[in-house]
Amino acid sequence: MSERLLLTGNHAAAYGAMLSRAEVISAYPITPQTMIVELLSELTASGRLPAKFITVESEHSAMAACVGASAAGARSYTATSGQGLALMHEMLHWAVGARLPIVLTNVSRAMAPGWSIWSDQSDILSQRDVGWMMLFAESVQEAQDFILWMYRVAEQVFLPGMVGMDAFILSHTAEPLIVHDQAAVDEYLPKFEPLYDLDPAQPRAYGGLVNRDHYFELRYKIYENMERAGKLLIEAGEEFGEVLGHKYQPLEGFMLDDAEYVFVSAGAMTSNIRQAVRDMRDRGIKAGLLRVIAFRPFPVAAIRKVLAGRKKVAVLDRNMSSGHSGIFAAEIRSALLGQPDAPPIHGYIVGIGGRDVRVETGEQILEDLLRREEPEMALFVGVKGLPIGPVRPDYQIPKLEPLEVVP
Amino acid sequence: MRWVVPEAEHMAEGTLGCQGCGGALSMRLVLKEVGRDAVGVIPACCWSIIDGPWPTHALDIPILHTAFETAAVVATGVKAAKTVQGKDTTVIAWAGDGGTFDIGLQALSGAAERNEDILFICYDNEAYMNTGIQRSSSTPTGTWTTTTPDQRPEARPKKDIMGIIAAHRIPYAATATAAYPEDLERKVKTAVATKGGMRFLHLLSVCPPGWKMEAYQAIEVMRRAVRSKVFPLYEIKNGREYTITRWPDEIPLEEYFKLQGRFKPLLKDPEMLELVRGNVEERWQTLLGRHRRTHPEDVLTS
Repeated sequence: MSERLLLTGNHAAAYGAMLSRAEVISAYPITPQTMIVELLSELTASGRLPAKFITVESEHSAMAACVGASAAGARSYTATSGQGLALMHEMLHWAVGARLPIVLTNVSRAMAPGWSIWSDQSDILSQRDVGWMMLFAESVQEAQDFILWMYRVAEQVFLPGMVGMDAFILSHTAEPLIVHDQAAVDEYLPKFEPLYDLDPAQPRAYGGLVNRDHYFELRYKIYENMERAGKLLIEAGEEFGEVLGHKYQPLEGFMLDDAEYVFVSAGAMTSNIRQAVRDMRDRGIKAGLLRVIAFRPFPVAAIRKVLAGRKKVAVLDRNMSSGHSGIFAAEIRSALLGQPDAPPIHGYIVGIGGRDVRVETGEQILEDLLRREEPEMALFVGVKGLPIGPVRPDYQIPKLEPLEVVP
Repeated sequence: MRWVVPEAEHMAEGTLGCQGCGGALSMRLVLKEVGRDAVGVIPACCWSIIDGPWPTHALDIPILHTAFETAAVVATGVKAAKTVQGKDTTVIAWAGDGGTFDIGLQALSGAAERNEDILFICYDNEAYMNTGIQRSSSTPTGTWTTTTPDQRPEARPKKDIMGIIAAHRIPYAATATAAYPEDLERKVKTAVATKGGMRFLHLLSVCPPGWKMEAYQAIEVMRRAVRSKVFPLYEIKNGREYTITRWPDEIPLEEYFKLQGRFKPLLKDPEMLELVRGNVEERWQTLLGRHRRTHPEDVLTS
């Protein structure tokens, strides 16, 4: 039987790993992911999840252990955040090249220095080109369910996938969660059937030397399977609805039918932007929201279709690629380039380092969007003393006052 | 005690090893004792090449190639999967000195501290040979490499990897070399049989191109390393119990050094040579003391 519990995003992720019957888990603690590691330790120690839990000495090793376990045919899971994901980088590539369907939860936090544990998607988006599938969760339910959805697709295309959730806003916020019936999950996600599992009866070498006459084709196959994953994500999202009661899709629209001004957002801040869009509708403004759930594979065709003919598009990025723009904005501009009826794409940088993205933030962005004639690559929202706008080389940030110490 | 080296071969002829390669010979001898119910994990090292390019594969066991610093932990992951699957396969991490002493040390220490059920084997050719002879922390004092040229030869002593491993108190660790195959085979056999925890073998592995010497003298050079006490053969149980397994006949150090062009700077520098002599003797005395404490009844050594 499924049960309804009040749980945080982190605990939901641990339940997702348990429901998926992960066989080997290897992880290293990092705030704000730590609760995932702790709960998985309890679940494996009590035998509720009969998996091997390896308490490695670094995130690099966490991913390396998953690589070894997955290559030997075990369903493997890890979770990390920020600096930890960055440290894994080399092995993230390895998992792709070795074609290992590992699933990882990344609790997105800002990169140091200065040390910041707060919400910021720069960490996960810095891994854009490693070749992992990427999903962005907005709710505690999705933090659990996307792990199952990801394994379902990953094990068909033999590519790894990561589920992003935002630090604290999702990781530490308790929401009602439906923990699915295990038998139903087993129907949705059958046992992992590896093609190869380091069987001594078949002594092959894996991942060794390849020369110029083979490497290109191996990478071509990775690209090809990522394309397949685009279709499979849709199918597996629909199956999720049939078997487990909630249909998921790579993109999610809200009040889009007649929308002239479309906001694009990903992750937990989307909830506030959705409320802002509701408020705008109440004021008679034809606003709508497009939530990006799948970032890799990027649903290019669907984005082209849904954004064609809109008056203006505001892409909200809780991340930045210095010297260019927000990363979602860059991806969406790229998808729309040369399309008939492509709308202007206004890039807004918001909520860096965990600064709040409130309902009012959405309204401020709308005011700016309505006024603005020409789109800009990156418009900063909420820098102290600076109205919404592009970087101004002459602008002096007001002197930061130290926090008042209460005796 | 002599041990019969098994006749079975688990390594094909025609690998990409150089003439006289100690790493290739070490693998051949190790697999004779390990047999076929094993998986090997190989990080970046000469063996990334020796095994051959796709689709060739020289060994009778599956090999998972992995990143430079990850041999111990990838092997840990493989073992975890095998355990979950109810299989008792021996999992071997097979790394060079770079992948053990330097870049691989963190993951190695982690696996040793957790006492993972793997067999870590370091074939030590005392420099980064695959990239063309650059120093590592395993390179001994006074050695020429391309990053410690004649004008500035290696100044520091070789890192005491066995001391580091012993400090982790793992069930079994041993030094060995392919030049004494009976001793090597016995240690491999012991290591494979010591299931349930971490085992470590440190194999001195001659590299004729990197050591600037004749390939036909490969075995002789490794023998002289043992005979001169530069590389004593011993084993450590539980990080405490030391046993010297072959008694050196104490040939002069120069007999070892002079066969190798890499030691030219050392042989030209009497002061440095005396420093090395002192270090070799000090390490030998330390080892001897530990052996005596472990074997107080051993009249030959007390």
